[in-house]
Amino acid sequence: MKKQRLVMRTVILLVLGAAVAYTLYANFTKDKIQKVAVGEKAPDFVLTDMEGNKHRLSDYEGQGVFLNFWGTWCKPCEKEMPYMNNQYKQFKDEGVQVLAVNVGETDLAVNKFSERYDLAFPIVIDKDSQVQSAYGINPLPATFLIDKDGKVVKYITGEMTEETIKNYMEQIKP
Amino acid sequence: MKEVKCDCGHVNPIGTILCESCGKVLEEKEKDKKLLDMRYEGSARRSQTYNKTLIDKIWNFFSSVKVGVWLIVITLIASAVGTILPQEMYIPPIMPAEEYYEDQYGWIGKLYYDLGFHNLYSSWWYLILIASIGISLVICSLDRVVPLYRALKKQKVSRHESYLQRQRVFGASQTEDTDKAFTMAKEKLKSKKYSIREENGNILAEKGRFSRWGPYVNHVGLIIFLIGGMLRFVPGMYVDKILWIREGETKVIPETNGEYYLKNDGFILEMYDKEKDKEVFGEAIDKAGMVAKNYQSNVTLYKKQGDTVAGEEADLKKVKDYEIKVNKPLKFENFALYQVDYKLNELNKMSFALTNKKTGDEYGDLTVDLNHPQDEYDLGNGYKAEVVSYFPDFEFDENGEPVTKSRIPNNPAFVFKMFTPDKPDGEISFVAIRQTIEPFGDNEYKMAFKGIDTKNVSALTVRKDLTLWIIALGGVIFMIGVAQGSYWNHRRVWLRRVNGEVWVAGHTNKNWHGLKREIEAALDGTGIKMPEDQLQNQSEKKG
Repeated sequence: MKKQRLVMRTVILLVLGAAVAYTLYANFTKDKIQKVAVGEKAPDFVLTDMEGNKHRLSDYEGQGVFLNFWGTWCKPCEKEMPYMNNQYKQFKDEGVQVLAVNVGETDLAVNKFSERYDLAFPIVIDKDSQVQSAYGINPLPATFLIDKDGKVVKYITGEMTEETIKNYMEQIKP
Repeated sequence: MKEVKCDCGHVNPIGTILCESCGKVLEEKEKDKKLLDMRYEGSARRSQTYNKTLIDKIWNFFSSVKVGVWLIVITLIASAVGTILPQEMYIPPIMPAEEYYEDQYGWIGKLYYDLGFHNLYSSWWYLILIASIGISLVICSLDRVVPLYRALKKQKVSRHESYLQRQRVFGASQTEDTDKAFTMAKEKLKSKKYSIREENGNILAEKGRFSRWGPYVNHVGLIIFLIGGMLRFVPGMYVDKILWIREGETKVIPETNGEYYLKNDGFILEMYDKEKDKEVFGEAIDKAGMVAKNYQSNVTLYKKQGDTVAGEEADLKKVKDYEIKVNKPLKFENFALYQVDYKLNELNKMSFALTNKKTGDEYGDLTVDLNHPQDEYDLGNGYKAEVVSYFPDFEFDENGEPVTKSRIPNNPAFVFKMFTPDKPDGEISFVAIRQTIEPFGDNEYKMAFKGIDTKNVSALTVRKDLTLWIIALGGVIFMIGVAQGSYWNHRRVWLRRVNGEVWVAGHTNKNWHGLKREIEAALDGTGIKMPEDQLQNQSEKKG
């Protein structure tokens, strides 16, 4: 009788406690939920670069992809661009591709920016925010490291140094 | 600890005050009282008696109505405090919250922010308060409804003398023919819809017992309501997003997995017009100057056909045209799009004329689409303007360099290179709104500002709520419980033969006047004396 009561109370309290814990957990992670989780396959997309060539993410399978989201007004994005450019030149022959996705600015702004830094990697513009929405981008800069099987290895937000960029590219080298 | 065995032979759970079966007073300190405390039928609220393990201690804490009431009071005060200053989500995005509160409200604002009241309703401690109320509700109810149910189920017809004597309505009298009197009273009580139980010639007439479950039904409703609120945190159950969409723009509707697109065909803001609208509006228009009549977005809903990957141009099929007005949302599947905000006259295009500064002669106009500017504008006859740089939301940074704050053309600025037949190398001019800078000395030509073209922007709330029916169900059950507990009364009348006398006692959970009237009617003509209201007598004696 007494034992039964204790079991009963324990069960009820556990159920209530679990409900509360879940609610609190869900409430505090709702803003942080990463749409694209590490270890999962990166969502496919097709975007056109400044020369008019189409880039489809799944076409790069077999290579590592350094996927960077940026905007011209974003200072840390601007800072890391030359570093990415240098490392891209080192790693492109080792099978690491850089794709820089602009978050929907004008062709003019992107072209001028690209000319200023003499960027060698393809720059694509996500005009109607579809790709940003698929990857849940906020804030900038945001970088996804994608391995040769198309899986996300790491998600980085915030400015990177040339050294870290080099390490990251090393990581996804096929 | 052991169970309590009553003289009548019934074994009661520990902590019982009145025997579940015969009603005899078991608790010593209750024995001196003139009237019984009939709450929960004198049943054993177990929480009050077992207090051994940690689980029991937690259980007992939440089982206390006092604790429950305090939780509600604290939550009420906290909720009220949260309305003193605006919550973080409602402050204008002009500066970060930590500066805004102090800037606007002084030290009170700073304190408010530091204590976390700026984001009260989703703070962990507020959620824990609400959850504690929920837990208290469940445990309080369980702890009371089970013993009460037991006590009402187990009650005997022949209640103990001490129980009857201590009822509020009680009387003893002699009758000539008790059997006849009892038969008459029984019939009358039956006609009043009492259900009659008999045992050894004694009678228990009872009705409306289900009214006692009202508060518990009510609590079940509340708990369902809270579960509905909790489900909002489950992904996919609840969506509340804002979609800003310019006139002419087509955008994917968030949270629809890229399935639905919306095109804004135009935003309309209408004001009441003194001339055209009814006279009754006249006074209000005079007082306020402008009174909005209608906020409306004309939109077209599209559904994506087939599978496309993100970024690919989707094959869109038109679903419908709709005029979204306040309280007239566009509904599709489980979604609703509400008109919530707007921005009038966002810059869309700017026109310039390449002009000779001295003579004022113009050599052609050009119009820059601020969202899709071209690299250069050829004006013919050897005149052209090249856009060297474009800053949609221009400002000077800390180094005095022109930069853009965002991609939205709030404050566009250009660096133009103007080519003319007499200046084939071009002249550089920096052009912003009401500002022209010539970095390399005096130019002969300038880009004269001609005009602007604007567009409106609509803001729509994207709302999906799959929890609404659960919340409604909780509300309905809540109201059923309220009605059950307030419109019905649980009434009992005992008729017992004691040593040649007839004892009559009555109890109700509310409306004693009604009970007394029914007893009076039932005893009328039976020769049994109408019992007295002992509580009323007591107070009359005192007074």
